[in-house]
Amino acid sequence: MTPRAFAARFFRDPVAVCAALVLLSLIVMAVLAPFLAPQNPYDPMQIDIMDSELPPVWIDGGEERFLFGTDTQGRGILSTVMYGMGVSLLIGLGAVAVQAFLGITFGLLAGYYGGWIDSFLMRLADIQLSLSTLMVAIIALAIFQAALGPGAYADLALYMLILVIGIAEWPQYARTVRANVQVEKKKEYVDAARLTGMPSARIMLRHILPNTLTPLLVISTIQVANAIVSEAALSFLGLGMPVNRPSLGSLIRSGFENVFSGQWWITAIPAVVLVVLILAINLLGDWLRDTLNPKLYKGR
Amino acid sequence: MHLLAFLMRRLVQAAIVMLVISVIGFSIQSNLGDPLRELVGQSVSEAERQLLRDELGLNDPFWTQYFRFLGNAVQGDLGTSYFFKKPALEVILDKFPATFELVLVASVMIVTLAVPIGIYAALKPESWGARILMTTSIIGISVPVFLTAILLISVFSVGLGWLPSFGRGDTVMLPWGWETGLLTLDGWEHLILPSISLASIMLPLFIRLIRAEMMETMRTEYVRFAWAKGIAPRRVWLTHAFRNTLLPVITVGGVQIGTLIAYTILTETVFQWPGMGFLFLEAINRVDTPLIIAYIIVVGLIFVVVNTIVDLIYTLVNPMMKLPGAAA
Amino acid sequence: MALLDITDLEVSFGPHQALRGVSFSLDRGERLGIVGESGAGKSMAAFAIINLISDPGRISGGSVTFDGQRLDTMDTEALRTIRGNRIAMIFQDPMMTLNPVLTIGEQMTETLLAHRSMSMAEARRIAVEKLDLVAVPSPAARIDNYPHELSGGLRQRVVIAISLLCDPEIIIADEPTTALDVTIQAEIMALLMRLCDESDMGLVLITHDLAVVSESCQRLAVMYAGKIIEQGATDAILTAPRHPYTRGLIGALPQMNSRGGLLKQIRGSMPGIDDLPTGCAFHPRCDFAVDACRASVPPLEVHGAQAVACIRVGEIE
Repeated sequence: MTPRAFAARFFRDPVAVCAALVLLSLIVMAVLAPFLAPQNPYDPMQIDIMDSELPPVWIDGGEERFLFGTDTQGRGILSTVMYGMGVSLLIGLGAVAVQAFLGITFGLLAGYYGGWIDSFLMRLADIQLSLSTLMVAIIALAIFQAALGPGAYADLALYMLILVIGIAEWPQYARTVRANVQVEKKKEYVDAARLTGMPSARIMLRHILPNTLTPLLVISTIQVANAIVSEAALSFLGLGMPVNRPSLGSLIRSGFENVFSGQWWITAIPAVVLVVLILAINLLGDWLRDTLNPKLYKGR
Repeated sequence: MHLLAFLMRRLVQAAIVMLVISVIGFSIQSNLGDPLRELVGQSVSEAERQLLRDELGLNDPFWTQYFRFLGNAVQGDLGTSYFFKKPALEVILDKFPATFELVLVASVMIVTLAVPIGIYAALKPESWGARILMTTSIIGISVPVFLTAILLISVFSVGLGWLPSFGRGDTVMLPWGWETGLLTLDGWEHLILPSISLASIMLPLFIRLIRAEMMETMRTEYVRFAWAKGIAPRRVWLTHAFRNTLLPVITVGGVQIGTLIAYTILTETVFQWPGMGFLFLEAINRVDTPLIIAYIIVVGLIFVVVNTIVDLIYTLVNPMMKLPGAAA
Repeated sequence: MALLDITDLEVSFGPHQALRGVSFSLDRGERLGIVGESGAGKSMAAFAIINLISDPGRISGGSVTFDGQRLDTMDTEALRTIRGNRIAMIFQDPMMTLNPVLTIGEQMTETLLAHRSMSMAEARRIAVEKLDLVAVPSPAARIDNYPHELSGGLRQRVVIAISLLCDPEIIIADEPTTALDVTIQAEIMALLMRLCDESDMGLVLITHDLAVVSESCQRLAVMYAGKIIEQGATDAILTAPRHPYTRGLIGALPQMNSRGGLLKQIRGSMPGIDDLPTGCAFHPRCDFAVDACRASVPPLEVHGAQAVACIRVGEIE
C-alpha cells in the first residue's frame, strides 16, 4: 500500500482519526507536563495540605484552581495525571522496545539458523507464553521487592518494570519474525546476497527486516497498550511505581481507599484517562491490522 | 502426530518446566529466606549460628541443598509459613477452593457468553447488534480488570447497595475438606461481582477470537460445499464452521487460562477474596518466603496441568492427531 | 422447455460485472462444457446456477429457471431443497472441499438426511453403496475415515459420491480434475461420464481444457470476460471455430493442431472485470479487430451450426 493510499484510508475512517487525535493530545499533555501542568505535584513547595480532597470544579466545593479536584495530599489531580501518564507511556514504550529488541534478535536467529537454536528458542517461547506475562511479572517483581526491600526497590522500579514486562513478551515478536524469515529465506535474493559474500547478519537485517516491518508495526501498537495495562496492574498491586513517582496505576491505587469514603475522583480521573489512552491505542491497532492486514503468527 | 508420542513429549516438557520452577523457588529460598530467623532469636551468638547452619546443612554446596529441597518438595514439604506457623503448602491449599470457584464461575461465564456472541457477530457482521457488541468488546479489552472491579464495587455495592463488596460470605465445608461458597445464596451473592470482573477481560477477547476464526471458516470451500449440498443453516454454522473454529480457540484458550489465574491476584485484591492470590500478595508484603515459594510452585503446577489438559483436548478434537491403532 | 434455462444472467461485484449477460440451457441428460481462461467467469456461472455467489457478489440481472422454477429469486429455504438434491455440485479442489473435522460418513449421511426422511442406518447404507459406485475400495471401512486419511484422487471420488447421493438431475462440475495428478484426471473423467450415462444425469462441466470437453460433452460454450462468445455442438465448434478467440484457443491446443506445426499463442491477456475495454472485450487481442469492434458489444447470433458473438464472423472465414 502506498503512503498516499494509506493516508486516504486513514482520513476516511472517523474512528481512526478520532483515536489518533485523542492519543496525540494525550501524548503531548504527558510529554509537556512540566510546562503545561498547573502545578508540579511532586514539589513540596507547590502543594498545600489545606487543599486536600477538593472535588472537581463541577461539584459543589470544587475550586477553579483544580479542574479535577485534589488528592489526600492536596495535589491537583490534573497535574498528577499528566505526570503519571508520562511515566505510564515511558514504561509502555520502554518495555515494547525491550520486547522488540529481544524478539527480533531471537526471531532472526531462530529463523535464519534453524536447527537446535530454533527448536530451543521456540520451546522457550512456548513455555513463556503459556506462563502468562502478568504472572511472570508479578512473581519476578515480588521477589525483587522482597530481596531489595521497599525503599531500594522504589528507586529501581521504573527499570524493573521495563525489563520484566519487556522480557516476558518477547515471544510475540520472535514468532512473527521467525515465520517471516523462514519464508524470505527461501527467496533467491538471500542466496544471491550470500553468494556475493555479505555476512549473514547484514543479509538478515538489510533484506529480511524491512519485509517484516508491517506485522511488527501492528504487533507493537497492541503491545504498547498491553504493556501499559500490565504496568498499571503491577503498580495497582503495589509492585510497580512508588507514590513519589506514580504512574496511572499507582495513582489509581492510592485513591482506591477513598472510593468508599466518597472521594471517587482521586481514583476515577486517572482511571478514565488510563482507559481512554488504552482504548485509543487499541482502536488504532485494530485499524492498522484491518488496513495493513499482515500475516500474523497464530496458534502454536 | 501419534497421540502417545505427543503425550510423552508433553509430559517431558511439563517435567522440565516444573524443574525450572523448583530451581527458581529454591534460589528464592536460599537468597531470601533465613531459616534461622524462625528458629532462633536475635540473642544467639554468631558462633552458635554457624554451628546451627552446619547442622541444618545450610553450608552444604548449592546442588546438595537443591536436591534436598526438591526431595522435600516432591513429598509435599515446602517449608513452614513464618506468619501462619503452619506448613506453607497447607496454608496455600486451604485457599485453593476459593480461587478455584472464582475461576470456575468466571470461565463458565466466558464460555457461555463468548460462544453464542462470537458466532452471532461472525454470521451477521453488518447487523447493529454485532456492531454494538464489537464496539463494546474493544472497550471491554481496554478497561483493566482492577478498574472493572472498582467500578462494579462503586456501582453495585457502594452506590446501589445490592451486592457485597468483599469476602466470600457464608461457606459450607464439604466432607473432603473443600470449603465451598457455591451452596449458599450468600456465597453466590459474594461471587457475582468478583467473577464478572475476572470474566470481563477474557470475554471480549474470546468474542473477538471466535468471531474472527468463525468468519474465516465461513469463507472456506468446505462450508461453501456444505451450502451446495443443501445442508440446513444451523448445521452448517455449528457443525461445519464452528467445529473448525474450536481448534484455534482451544489453543489460545489454553494460554489464556494462565492469564486468568494471574488476574485472580488482581480481582482477589480488590474484593479481598480469601483465595491464593490475595494470600500471595499478603505473603509478599510480609516477606513470608516459604509461602511465596509454595504459591509459585502450586501455581506453576496448575499452569502445567491446565496446559497439558488443553493440549490433550486439542488432540482429541483434532482428527489429524491419530489415536494409536486407528487405520492410516 | 429445457430442464435448466439460464437467460441473460448477470453477476455483479459492486460496480463491476463478473457475468455480463450469459444464456445457455441444458436438456435432461445433456452434457454441456463451459470453457474459458481462468477469470472468464465460468466458475461464477456454475455457482450462479444454484444461486451460491459469495459476498459481496450477487445476481444482478437475468434468470435461472430449473424445471419451471426461478432459482435466482427463490428464498434460501426453498433453494436448499434443490441444492445437493436435484442439482448437485462437484468442486475443484478435493483437498479443500471436504470438512477436515467430519468423517466421510458424516458428510455423506448429512446430505441424505437433509433431503430425505430416512434412518441413519439407511443413510449409511446408501452412502456405502455410492462409495462403491465411484469405486472407492472397501467403502464400508472408508466411510469412517477422515478426509486427511485419503489421497487426493480418492477424495474427489468421495466428493462425486456425495453429489450422487440424492440421484440429482443435474451435476455441475467445476474443474473436477484440475487439482488432481494427470494420471488420475482421466480416470475421474471416465467415471463421471459413466455415471452420467448410467442414470441419465445432465452435466455442466466447467473446464479450461478443450480436450476434456471434446471427449465428454455434446455441447460447448466458450466464455471470455464474463460473456459466452461462441456456443454450439462440440464437434461443430472444434472442427470449424468461428470466433477469433475460439480459433486462437484451438490453435493453442497441441493435439488439435497439425503435427509438427507451431503452436499459436493468443497475444496479451484477458482483461479483469474492473478494466474491460469498450465494445467487444476481445478486440485488443484480436487480429481482425476493426473500429466497429470497439464501438459496441457484439450480440451472440446464430451463424450456421453455432452461435457466435463477433460482428466480423462472416468476413474473416
